[in-house]
Amino acid sequence: MTTLRVRVWRGGRDGRFEAFEVPRGQSQTVLDVVTHIQRHLDPTLSYRFACRVGMCGSCAMTVNGTPRWTCRTHVDKVAKGGALEIGPLANLPVVKDLVCDMRDFFDKWARARGQFSPTATKADDFARVRPDSRPRLEADAGIECIGCGVCYAACDVVAWNRDYLGPAALNRAWTLVNDVRDGGQGARLAAVAGDAGCHACHTLMSCTEHCPKALSPTRAISGLKRATAAAVLSLPGDESP
Amino acid sequence: MNPRREALLWVAQRATAVVLAFCVLVHLATIIYAVRGGLSAAEILGRTRGSVAWAAFYVLFVVAVAIHGAIGLRAVAAEWLGLRGKSAEWLMTGVGCALAVMGLRAVVAVFG
Repeated sequence: MTTLRVRVWRGGRDGRFEAFEVPRGQSQTVLDVVTHIQRHLDPTLSYRFACRVGMCGSCAMTVNGTPRWTCRTHVDKVAKGGALEIGPLANLPVVKDLVCDMRDFFDKWARARGQFSPTATKADDFARVRPDSRPRLEADAGIECIGCGVCYAACDVVAWNRDYLGPAALNRAWTLVNDVRDGGQGARLAAVAGDAGCHACHTLMSCTEHCPKALSPTRAISGLKRATAAAVLSLPGDESP
Repeated sequence: MNPRREALLWVAQRATAVVLAFCVLVHLATIIYAVRGGLSAAEILGRTRGSVAWAAFYVLFVVAVAIHGAIGLRAVAAEWLGLRGKSAEWLMTGVGCALAVMGLRAVVAVFG
């Protein structure tokens, strides 16, 4: 049986990589490797996972320099020369080992007005949205995001500008901009405009390149740029927080 | 942050980019055409002196450069130098005015 040489991030921000040797297995995923280390080599290793099948989005880590879902990444695909380097996601504070503090990431969804603002009451009939209407198609294109944070870790603009809302939050905002039932569009466009919002995006497309769901936050952000441009004179003209 | 102003600056930068794409093409095409006929100061001045059309074209070019460049440098200053807020606004205004003054001086020089 061959072995993998694995370097795993240990500690907080000022931590270091620690080397382990892990037996190679058939159809082995990077999450299998991390789990092997935690169960057999060092039970103090901290990491997150839940579903193991690419549904929950909690096991994202940096694998050989690239943000990925570890549960859906086969070792065969990424271990060059039998070596793996596994770290926490970039652009987020490290809690310990492979665990990041996701608060900034999710707080930014709220700041981008990622909440649905209903306009109908229960007395109203169901809204009828044609499946082939343009807003419905635009919303569909981005709706499958599960909030794993891979795009946020891949984004250079997030690294340069800590206030930048990031691809996932802006993608969420764009799906709601295209929700014809939503009543919070004015506040949402104001929230996503500017230096911390869609106008900070340089269209580098790292988010789109790395999204495990093959979504295109870049496309969503372009949509927000068009939407804010079309509504530019109705955006608030005062200094908002 | 002022959402309307930020969005307006973005629109201004995109709009001036469209103008610049047109101006750069005309400018380059003219240079290539002029070189074929022999590039000299006399020939350039012969074309531009007293020509309201060329003066108008280069005034448009300079104004677009000043607006586009200033807004772009503001973003560079924010991301690479951490310069945001009032200081970045002054830098942007200063760079824009400097580009406009230098460019318009050159336009006046070749027109007059």
